[in-house]
Parts: sequence; C-alpha cells; structure tokens
Amino acid sequence: MENNFDVKNWYKEKFKELENKTTVDSKTYLHDFRKSALDNLLIADFPTQKNEEWKYTNISKIIKEKFIPAPLVDLPKLSIDTLGSRMFDIAESNLVVFYNGKYNKELSTAFEDKKYYCGSLNQIGSNNENEIKNIIYQKNKNVTAFDYLSDGFASDGFVLLLPDNVQLEKPIQVLFINGLDSEKIYSSPKIFIKQGKSSQAEIILNFIGNAREEYFININTKIILSENSTLNLYKIQDEAEQAFHIDKTQIIQQANSTVNHYNLSFGSKIYRMDLNAELTGENSECNYNGLYLGNENQLIDNHTFVNHAVANCRSNEIYKGILDDKSRGVFNGKILVERDAQKTNAYQSNKTILLSDKARIDTKPQLEIFADDVKCSHGATVGRLDENALFYIISRGIPSDIAKSMLIRAFANDVIEKINLNELREQLNHKIFQHLHRIEI
Amino acid sequence: MLSIKNLEAKVEDKIILKGLNLEVNAGEVHAIMGPNGSGKSTLANVLAGNKGYDVIGGEVLFNGKELLEMAPEDRAREGLFLAFQYPIEINGISNSTFLKTAINEIRKYRGEEEITPKEFLELMREKSKILGMDDSLISRSVNSGFSGGEKKRNEILQLLMLNPKLAILDETDSGLDIDALKIVSQGVNVFKSNENAVVLVTHYQRLLNYIVPDFVHVLYKGKIIKSGTKELAQELEERGYDWLIKEEAESVN
Repeated sequence: MENNFDVKNWYKEKFKELENKTTVDSKTYLHDFRKSALDNLLIADFPTQKNEEWKYTNISKIIKEKFIPAPLVDLPKLSIDTLGSRMFDIAESNLVVFYNGKYNKELSTAFEDKKYYCGSLNQIGSNNENEIKNIIYQKNKNVTAFDYLSDGFASDGFVLLLPDNVQLEKPIQVLFINGLDSEKIYSSPKIFIKQGKSSQAEIILNFIGNAREEYFININTKIILSENSTLNLYKIQDEAEQAFHIDKTQIIQQANSTVNHYNLSFGSKIYRMDLNAELTGENSECNYNGLYLGNENQLIDNHTFVNHAVANCRSNEIYKGILDDKSRGVFNGKILVERDAQKTNAYQSNKTILLSDKARIDTKPQLEIFADDVKCSHGATVGRLDENALFYIISRGIPSDIAKSMLIRAFANDVIEKINLNELREQLNHKIFQHLHRIEI
Repeated sequence: MLSIKNLEAKVEDKIILKGLNLEVNAGEVHAIMGPNGSGKSTLANVLAGNKGYDVIGGEVLFNGKELLEMAPEDRAREGLFLAFQYPIEINGISNSTFLKTAINEIRKYRGEEEITPKEFLELMREKSKILGMDDSLISRSVNSGFSGGEKKRNEILQLLMLNPKLAILDETDSGLDIDALKIVSQGVNVFKSNENAVVLVTHYQRLLNYIVPDFVHVLYKGKIIKSGTKELAQELEERGYDWLIKEEAESVN
C-alpha cells in the first residue's frame, strides 16, 4: 500500500476499464446514472472523523485499499454447497441469490409471477423502466463519496415491485454472498423495494461472507411503501471478519403504511448502517429493531433516523447490543418531529451490554421536536451483566458460563421475540451464541 | 446438618454479622426473626454464597463440609437452596429450560443420570399442582411479568423441584396476601421431612402460624440474642423486640 494512493483516481480508472466492457450494462439509463454518479464522486469527499456523523468511525482502511470492482472480475462458479448451512432454512420461502453483487440465476428459485417483479435490476423488463428511473434518482440523506461510489458501480441488485393489492404469501430470502479467496473485491448492489397500495411483503436480506481476502460492500437500499402497505424486512449481516460493509437505506412511507425493520449484525470488521425513514403520510408506523453483536476488533456503527413529517404517525425503536473483547459500537438515533406532525407517538431506546473491560459504546439518542402535541421518549443505557441476576441463576446449581448465556439470551430477547418467522428466530438465536463463542441456551 | 460458628460478615465496609452461632439438624424448622437491619438477609446471602458479602470470620459446616469454601453453584449442588426475597426476572428463558438445566447440573455433580423430558414434565405438573399454578407456567419466562406473590410462589416451586437438603427462605412471606401466604406455606410443609431442614428468615410471626417452627431465634445487631420455641415468636408478636433488646443490654452491662 503506497502512501500517495489516490482512491478516487483508482475508481475512475476502474470505471474506464468497465466502459470498455460492453457487457456490463444492458440498459442505457442505468449506464447514464452510473456515469453521472462517477462525475459526482470525483468532486465529493469521503467522510473523516471531523464529520459529526462519522465521529467514531475511522474509514481510512476502506479507502486505502485497492479493491477491484466486481463487474471487472470473472467470478468463479458458485455452487449451492458453498452456501452450506449459512443460509436460513425457511421451508416455505423463495430464494434470490447475488454473488458479489451479481444476480445468480441458477441458484435462485425460479418464480415468475406476472403480477409482480422480483429479481435482478439488470434483467428488468422495459415495462418497469420508468418505475426504476423514479426510484434510482431519489435523493439520499447525508451524502458522502460513499453514496456516489455505490451508484457509480451499481450495475445490478435486488428489485421487488409489488403492484396494488398484491400480498406475498411466502417470505423472500435474498442471499448476498460476498468476497473472494483470490482478490480484494468491491461490490455495490442496489436494493429497491416498491410496494403498491395494500400490498404486503416479508423479506430477509441475508449477507454472508465467503472469502479469505478482504472485501468491501457498499449498498444502497431504497424502499417506497404506498398507502396501507406493510413490509417486514430482516437485514442480517454476517459478513466475513475482514469485510467492510456500508449500507444506506432510505424508506419513504405513505399513509397507513407499516414497516417493521430488523437490523441484526454479526460479522464484518467495520459495519456502518444509515437507516432513514420519512413518514410522509398520516397513520403510518415505523418500527426499528436492532441487535448488534461485537467481538475481537469489530466496529459496528448504526445511524438511524425517523422523520415525522405529518401528523398521527408512530415510530418505535429498540436497538440492543452485546459487545465483547475490544469491539466498539456506535449508536446515533435521531427522531425529528416536524411542526405539522401533531399527535406523533415516538419512542426510542438503546441498550448495550459490555462483556469485557475493553469493549466500548458511544451512544447518542437525539430528539428534535417542533410540534407541541406529541408523545416522545428516548433513553440509552450501558451496563454489564447484572450481578444479582447472575447470582440468582448460579444459586440454583447452574455454572456461571451457562448463567451468563441465559442473561445474554434474556437481553437479546426483546428484539428476537418480535420476529414473526419462528424458524428465523431460532436460527438467529443460534447465531448469537456462535458469534459470542458462548454456550447456546 | 448446618453448623455455624462465630460467623462474621460485612457488606462493603459495614460489619453486619458479629459472631453468629446456629445449629440446624435434619427434620428441624428454625425461624430467624429480628428487627430491620439485624442481619437476617445477610445471613441468608452469606450462606448461599453471594459475592456482595464478605465473610471475615467464623466457620460453617454443611453436612460436614466447609460451606464457605464452596462456589455458590456447588453449595446448591450439595443441597442448599435459598428462596430469594427479590427473585429475578429472566425474560426469554422458560421455567422449564431453567429448572431442567438446574436439575441436570445438580444430578451431574452427584454422578446421576439426566432427567428425561417425560420425568421432568411429570415432576413439574405434580409440583405446580401443589402450589395451584397453571400448566402454562412451564413455558413462561422465569418470573417475567409475574406479580410479587407469583414470584414468591415460583421460588417455592423451584424449592419443590430441586428438593434440597436445606431450604433457607428469605422473607418469603413479605408482600403476600393471606391466600398466597397459605399456598406458599403449604408448599413448604409438603417439602418438609425428617431428611431435610428449613430456615425461615422472617420479620413477622404471621408466617409461623402456617409453618410451625421447632426453634425461634432472635437476631439483633449481628448476633442471636435469644433462642426459644414457637412460643417465643408469639411473645415477640405481642411485646415487640424492645424488651428483648433491653434485656440484652442489661445482661451485657
């Protein structure tokens, strides 16, 4: 790694190489979009710790590395065995697979339904082009060079377009398998979900690492929920330990819509999630449930934002973390209640347990309220496993390592118990103990 | 079964137990009474091995073994049980997981076979019936969302399930209405046998109407200042502690 590495120039050169590979974009509008993003990248800055929103997260490792954008790499063939037991075993579900951001048709469950579109951004038909154009140009909040870098190389991704009144019966598991053994790879998949009126969907976004080399995944997620629609979205991040994972998610909610967003993070060296929801229609409801587990030198940074722009909406946020070894957590949760957003009901809580003396959390809950008739509360706590509770369990003859596992399970339960999919709940519980290297309860 | 000699203990920098002596034999029920701050709960916690209490002197033999040398989990496995004054809620861990784990750890320590699921369920049904507890309790989280009375009742269920040699009940009667008190007492009476012993730590004589003690001890400023039979409890109920404290002061002088 040389000292004067110019990261922006690196990606500019890689973009040029990509221009010569005609097979990358099948759509001109996507190409135009990527091109203008790259122009923007050249004049934007990567965030430094002087930026308040990035105060505790040093990303210099990510921009010092020469990651090769995935579309320039000939990916090895992926077999279903590679996924092994890493994907969630959910009997009645559909599977969509992406390998380093590229759609993998062979491993995806073929389900074609004329009523809606569910699949790859790159393979979308011309009948849906206008819809995609509307979504793709929607503005991100707190834009940095990472957003443009994501857009600049976004040639594929997951798309779900649900017309009015379509309720999906089965959950969809979207599997992102990332990283390589041979090269440091960069990918930036798009995730677009647009639901029509009174539609319903349940989606598991499952990110798993399969690599010996470092890799960088830089995601942009956009979700639009029309009137009366409901989305249960489970984002489970279990990248390889040498991975860098950045995600910016924008949710726009219209009247009477509900989103139940789950953000459970296990893997990666640096994880940064920006989760933003705009409640733009009355009686909409936004629920954020987060669980972050850290060990070794992991850094997990969750920035969440809910904007109550109109009256009579509800938001409920619970983020809980368990940090061991030298891991670090960052929680920055902001609720904005605009002047017209009367009768808002907003609740936020962040709780972290530190399992070691060297683990650390920086938490900053923020409420900004401009309306006068609202119910809002927030709170944050940091602590260790409760000694009295431990003594209670141990005094029944149970050894202390099992007693600690019981308290860990009890702590995580506030988030886990909200998950409606039974199979997912049990498998996540298993993952918690596996990640913390503790006896499973 | 339990032999306490000159026990001294402190909490933080405050010395609470100042040379306590007590002998408990199998088949006996002992009540330890005394005003607030006399050291009743400290005694219960020290015996169970709570790290928040430091033993600074004395000796405790439990069935011939040095109790104070044992880790708290081993005290339980050797047959000591403390019913907590303030039981802890453990959300997400079911009563059955909790009790099955405890029973099997105790059995493992004693070199016994693990309990089968069938045996466990039958035992759980049998014991919860004694306490008038619903079957659904088996799958409910430990003490989670329980009222004060339900928590105390659950302590007695644990007592019956684990079937220890020595049960120490730390103010199990506090916060119970008369119906709950009767049920809890009935549970303890079912437990009681010639093979085991019960130490009741209590503030009020009321409990002793339902669980009749063989011996009553008055703890004051970290020492037992008077021991007697159940009539002593009755006398305390009528006259309070002041006369005893006065008597004690005079005898010291």
